[in-house]
Amino acid sequence: MTSHGQVAILCTDLRKQFVLRHTRSLKEALVWLVKGRKGDLSKKFLALKDVSLEVKQGETVALLGLNGSGKSTLLKLISGVLQPDGGTVLTRGRVAGLIEVGAGFHHDLSGRDNVYLNGAILGMTEQQIDEKFDAIVEFSEIGEFIDTEVKFYSSGMYLRLAFSIAVHTDPEVFLIDEILAVGDEPFQRKCIAKIKELADKGKTLFVVSHDLDLVATVCERGVLLEHGEVVMDGDVDAVVSELRRRSLSET
Amino acid sequence: MAGQTDQLIKPGSGRGLLDVYADRFLLKLLVRKEIKVRYRGSVLGLLWSYVKPLVQFLIYFVALGVFLDLQRGTPNYAIYLFAGIVLVNFFTESLSNATRSIVDNRDLIRKIYLPRELFPVATVWVSAAHFFPQLLVLIGACLVVGWTPSIVQLAAVVLIFLMVAVLATGLGLLFGAMNVYFRDSENIVDMIVMVVTWASPVLYVWSMVERAMGPWFWIYQLNPMTVAVEVFHWAFWEPTLKAEQSVADAMPPELLTVWLPVSALITLAVLFLGQLTFRRLAVHFAQEL
Ligand SMILES: Nc1ncnc2c1ncn2[C@@H]1O[C@H](COP(=O)(O)OP(=O)(O)OP(=O)(O)O)[C@@H](O)[C@H]1O
Ligand SMILES: [Mg+2]
Repeated sequence: MTSHGQVAILCTDLRKQFVLRHTRSLKEALVWLVKGRKGDLSKKFLALKDVSLEVKQGETVALLGLNGSGKSTLLKLISGVLQPDGGTVLTRGRVAGLIEVGAGFHHDLSGRDNVYLNGAILGMTEQQIDEKFDAIVEFSEIGEFIDTEVKFYSSGMYLRLAFSIAVHTDPEVFLIDEILAVGDEPFQRKCIAKIKELADKGKTLFVVSHDLDLVATVCERGVLLEHGEVVMDGDVDAVVSELRRRSLSET
Repeated sequence: MAGQTDQLIKPGSGRGLLDVYADRFLLKLLVRKEIKVRYRGSVLGLLWSYVKPLVQFLIYFVALGVFLDLQRGTPNYAIYLFAGIVLVNFFTESLSNATRSIVDNRDLIRKIYLPRELFPVATVWVSAAHFFPQLLVLIGACLVVGWTPSIVQLAAVVLIFLMVAVLATGLGLLFGAMNVYFRDSENIVDMIVMVVTWASPVLYVWSMVERAMGPWFWIYQLNPMTVAVEVFHWAFWEPTLKAEQSVADAMPPELLTVWLPVSALITLAVLFLGQLTFRRLAVHFAQEL
């Protein structure tokens, strides 16, 4: 294994609780208050339980687990979208989250406008976007469609542009949630090559994917989440086979 | 950015409106997006921001100025009316769009961290983009009837614009954040919007209120929008009056010396309260939306 630098992501005893509220109207809430708070307006649900995790700069970590095990929640906590209910998250350097394909794209704007908007949302300055605009378009292979409204893009084209913008924002920590599934084979290979290139440059990668083979080629380390708890943390191949074993025994 | 790389920071902890200032470029793009999207596929585009207030103006002018004959007691009633309408429209449009802004941008807020104050602030800028052309129409009309404002009056216009923008931002932050939890906020704001046009001297003159309220007139003056409209009248309408038209009680007493500073303070308090509430509620926006 390569030697790694300082801590890039530090999670200590992270806890995230969701409140499943049953009403969104002031009237029902008032009635509930007046009636002496009888019954439940909401149900609590613990999505992450005491997750502690340390990721060094330059590490490539795969976050694995079945549906609903809390992977996306953990990523959102690291990117700052959600705030923990207990414990702390700390990160070093700029974090870019590709939580979902083209979040922040606006359907009625052209690809060009979206590159600027999304680039700015991901923290780039105007000058940086100007400089990298051509590289972004070239990497995405969108070509002349760049001036078409993105609502006319195919889902693959959408992904290409979104991914291309994200990799060009040049963050220190890169969070990827389940986005490689849409692209076609050549583009997937291109993305993986790009991700590996980022890893070689010493960027920290944190990848969520259900494509276990893909993840095993990109990442070195694996973390297995189950019902919001870290049940295994180690070499990616070992974690992948453990996950396979568990999902087999479950069915 | 480079200086921060060797520090561990807590993600998602912003500095509120200060972050909006740091993110001016993104703010600019959001404002541009909003304007583009709002008028997509419309032939008149931004021209609609002239058409709507003009129609509104005509309705009020015909109904109140002509039918109820308000223009007899108030010389240049058209200017008087339009100055108020333009300002109140800026406020109401800002406030109602800011209230919806957080919910409308839920897709973004749920997936990417960025200072959420950007959205209400952006809507106020969009409304300002609609306000300026209307202001030009107003200035044009004033010049036609012989407007001779003093420097102080021009400065007052700028100050009032800022004050109304800040007031709308503060209330927009407050109701925008509450709207995430209770969609009733939109209805509350719709009601405020309806009341504001009538609770400030846009269509009538302030002395009518004083006659009715007597010693309680100061309550009426506590509304910052009331004072804003009165100062707008002082800056736009009063300098168009000719010597023989001059109305003795064109302005309420102590408008500039007492009420303007009071309104400015109330406005700042509203902004502070709005920002405070917004920050407390913003922590859970992503999971509640
Ligand atoms: N905003 C929310 N409000 C309530 N519950 C939520 C919210 N977000 C997530 N959850 C719950 O938290 C749990 C974990 O969700 P999460 O999205 O992290 O799963 P995941 O591991 O990413 O699953 P998948 O593999 O399907 O993407 C789920 O049971 C989900 O219902
Ligand atoms: Mg997920």
